[in-house]
Order: sequence, then C-alpha cells, then structure tokens
Amino acid sequence: MTSPRSRLLDATALTLGFAFLYLPIVILVIFSFNASQLVTVWGGFSTRWYASIWQNRQLMDAAWMTAQVAAASAAFATVVGTLAALALTRYARFRGRTLFSGLVYAPIVMPEVITGLSLLLLFVSLGIDRGFWTVTVAHATFTCGFVAVVVQSRLVTFDRSLEEAAADLGATPAQVFFRITLPIIAPAVVAGFLLAFTLSLDDLVLASFTTGPGSTTLPMRIYSQVRLGVTPEINAISTLMIAAVTVLVIAASLATKRSASAH
Amino acid sequence: MAGECSDRLRVPPMSERATRRTIILVPYLWLALFFLVPFAIVAKMSLSQVATAIPPYVPTFGLADGPTGWLAKAREFSLDNYGVIVGDRLYVDAFLASLRIAAIGTAILLVIGYPIAHAMARAPERWRPILVMAVILPFWTSFLIRVYAWIGILKPEGLLNELLLGLGLIGAPLAIANTETAVLIGVVYSYLPFMVLPLYAALERMDRTLLEAAQDLGCPPWKAFWRITVPLSLPGIVAGSFLCFIPITGEVVIPDLLGGSDTLMIGKTLWTEFFSNRDWPVASAVAVLLLVILVGPIMVYQRQQARQMEAGR
Repeated sequence: MTSPRSRLLDATALTLGFAFLYLPIVILVIFSFNASQLVTVWGGFSTRWYASIWQNRQLMDAAWMTAQVAAASAAFATVVGTLAALALTRYARFRGRTLFSGLVYAPIVMPEVITGLSLLLLFVSLGIDRGFWTVTVAHATFTCGFVAVVVQSRLVTFDRSLEEAAADLGATPAQVFFRITLPIIAPAVVAGFLLAFTLSLDDLVLASFTTGPGSTTLPMRIYSQVRLGVTPEINAISTLMIAAVTVLVIAASLATKRSASAH
Repeated sequence: MAGECSDRLRVPPMSERATRRTIILVPYLWLALFFLVPFAIVAKMSLSQVATAIPPYVPTFGLADGPTGWLAKAREFSLDNYGVIVGDRLYVDAFLASLRIAAIGTAILLVIGYPIAHAMARAPERWRPILVMAVILPFWTSFLIRVYAWIGILKPEGLLNELLLGLGLIGAPLAIANTETAVLIGVVYSYLPFMVLPLYAALERMDRTLLEAAQDLGCPPWKAFWRITVPLSLPGIVAGSFLCFIPITGEVVIPDLLGGSDTLMIGKTLWTEFFSNRDWPVASAVAVLLLVILVGPIMVYQRQQARQMEAGR
C-alpha cells in the first residue's frame, strides 16, 4: 500500500538523518590520521597523534581512572536499578510508591548541574573526602534510572508462572530469583550495565562537581584541552573511545542475540 | 495480574515479606539519600551567605545546634541570593535564553526526528533492529566528543565554510561558531536519538490496518497521517519532547563549547558561579529556581513514563 512517492520520502528521511548523525563523527575520525597540526587541512596520512597520546601520562592516568569509575558505578547502578525495576513491576501498591517512581525516573531528565551541585553539597555536609568513591556514587545515582527502564521493559513481558511453579516445588525466594528470574532478564541486565558503563565514561558535569584532587576523569581532561582549542590529539583519543564503544556495543548485541536464540 | 491477586489472598510467608522489603527498600533508600536529601541541602545552602572560607559559605543550621539553635539560626536566613538573581538582568536573561533555546531546539528535533522515526517504523521488519542500532550508536559515543566535532565544522575556517566557499555559494565565511545558531545545531545533533527512539516506539506499535481502512474509505494519505498517525503517536511525541526539553534547559557543555561568551544559558551560569566565582549560595539559589521551573515538566515526563510501563504489561 506504500506508494513509490512515500517510499522515496522515507528513503530521503533516513539518508539525510543518518548522514547528519554520522558525518561529524566520520570527519573527526578521518582527521585523527592527519599528519598536519591543523585540524581542517589535510597534510597526509599519519598515526603520530596516536603515538603522542600513548606518551601522555596525564591522559592515560585519567583514562584508567575513568574506566575504574565506570565499572564500579555501573555495578552499583545495575543492582539498584534492577531492584527498582522489580519493585515497580511486581508491587502494584506500597507506601510511597508514587514518590518512589518519581525518584527512579527523575534522574534521567534532571539537568546534571542540579544533581551534581546537590550531591557535592551532600558530600561536603557529611564531611566525606571527595575522590573515586564520590564520583562512583554520583554516577551510580544518575545511571540507575536508565538501568531500571531497560530492565523494566523486559520484566513486563515476563511469564510469572515459571516463578510460581518453582516456588510451589519448594524453591526459596532467593533460589527462584537466581535460578529463574535472573537468567530470564539477564540480557536486559547486561544491556543496562553497559548503558550505565558508557554513560559514566561520558560524564563530565557530575564528575567535575563530585571529584577531588587526584581523581581527574578522562572527560574532564578532554574538556580542559578542548577549551584551549581543537587539536589532532583529541581527535585521536576520541577515535579510540569511539572504537572501544563500538566494539562493546556490537559484542553485547551479539551476546544478547545468542542468549535470546538459546532460550 | 494473577500474581497480585494471589498476593492479596494468601498471607505471605516471612521470607516473601523479607524479599519484598529488600527489593523496595534498597533502591528507595539509595535514591532518597543520594537524590532527594541533597535537594534539601541545596535549598538550605541557597539561604546562606557567601564567605571567603573553605567551604565558601556561612553555615546556616546543623543538626547539633538543637531546637533553640535552629530558631536563632533561622532568623539569619536570608532571601538575599534570590534577590540578587531576580534583580540582575544577567540571570533573568540566562533563564529566558535557556527556555527559548530548549523550546526552539525541541521543536526542531520534533520536525527532524518525526520523519526519521516514521520511516524507521515503516521499513521492512528485518531492517528495523539495524536501524534502531544505527540511531543508538552515536548516543553511545561520547557526548563531549560529538559536540567537539562540530567546533571543527562550524568555525570560520572550518569545513562547512570551506565547502560553501568552494562551491561558490557564499562570498565570505559565515559566522556560525559562537552564536545561538551553533548552540541549536549542537543541541539538535546531541539530542536527536532521544527524540527518535520514543517516537519510533510509539509509531512501530501502531495498528497499520487503521490507515488501510482510512484509505479504503477515500481518505487522502496526508489527511490520514494527521488524523490517525499523529494522534496515535502522541505518547511518543510527549515522551520525546520532555526527554529533550528538560535536560537542554540545564545544558552546560554545548553553550560553553559552541556558544562562546555571547550565549548565556542558566546551566553555564550556575557552573561559572560555582567553579569560577566560588559563590556556592548563589549557585544553589540558581539551582533551586531552575528546579522550580522544571518540576512541572519533570512530573509530566514521569507520569508518561510510568503509564507507558503499565501499558506494556
């Protein structure tokens, strides 16, 4: 029933849309291999900027720090977010449920300057030294809502009779959770973890507010360099980050596809 | 639903109640401590006075002061910080500019995102997961890097100007970098996946036979689009618009990197008050006002999200 004209419209929308989304990234990657110091004039192919970031200790330290924060905060966010998703899908009524669902969804849209400032003031008034753990907690709080949404979308299509059968056969609630529920929602939990991980890798604002001396993250380093001007070195590190994330996302989608077909 | 009924009929055994308590309380306490309580501290801070100290403010009241201490300190509360903000054109303009940029940006996102989501939803079924993946992938790559990429494109000697000059379309380089236009381009680019995905989710679920019925009854395609497709995709439009509008209003990185010193947005103002001027009380007052402005939209978004999850069940 789709006419050739509307098919042409669809093709145009998709082509222009994806060109808009991908062209800036492609240009950025191409210029990371530019031999010239100038970012917009092509001076021949070179990998010198990759060699130079490898020797940049500050950048490397920040990258390592960021990876640790991302792993730790994603682990917390996955636990908290999965429990929140279970609470919202399983228990239709409990005291303070409306407030609870507000607390789960609001961090997703809340401007990061507000969340960042308020967490910093919390840490200051509790007298906690800022550093690795404060950034980790801040990121986990910000990302657990995303995990909850991803896990919830899997839980709503969940066949609960499997759990009831297990319980009737004498399984304890813990056994039911770890042997029935968790394996079935695992793809969504993994997807939620990866989403939390990359959101944490990417975050500048929360990290700037809640970090302390010696715990500078990669986005903070990149930001301070970017403000001084565009350099091919930043293009190179960006390319590496894009490559890492692309590999992660494709691996995750292959893994979930395999586990989905196994069931 | 069956599970709920049986929950109510039989008395849950001890372990089941303990499970329920854990599942609810762990995330509840985490979010209350790290998301709800901090707002109270921000509100309290916005009533304090700035001081040259570490941390840079005069504390209002502490729990250790006791009721009489609180009363005494409460008299020292001042709304000075709010007075400063309301009385200063700079802050008012920044608030207005943020709301304007967020509104225009969201409108552009809707106009650009709708055809993309619509085309995705009508693509052959085996293509759809790949298209969804293609929309999500840029979102997984660093936000900062994607904004940074536009600096090289938009600056006076950047790629866009070189291209346009080379094609002879313009005589002199366009001054796009460091303007509100650049901020809007950055906003639209960064938030496009947030608009497309909720729209796609709503459009993909739509019952296509309705359009066929309309066509059989002689309804022209454009009219069917306005009277069937658009109303049915309304939940997606609402979700996508709020998912973009709210964070754009508080955006820091985009106005800082693409807007230059001329574009004032409230998120950036708060950032400067805090990091450069070290005026924590005024920064807190800005945060409280921003929250007051956004609390309505946030509640609409939250209700929409909750309803969508209920509907999926």
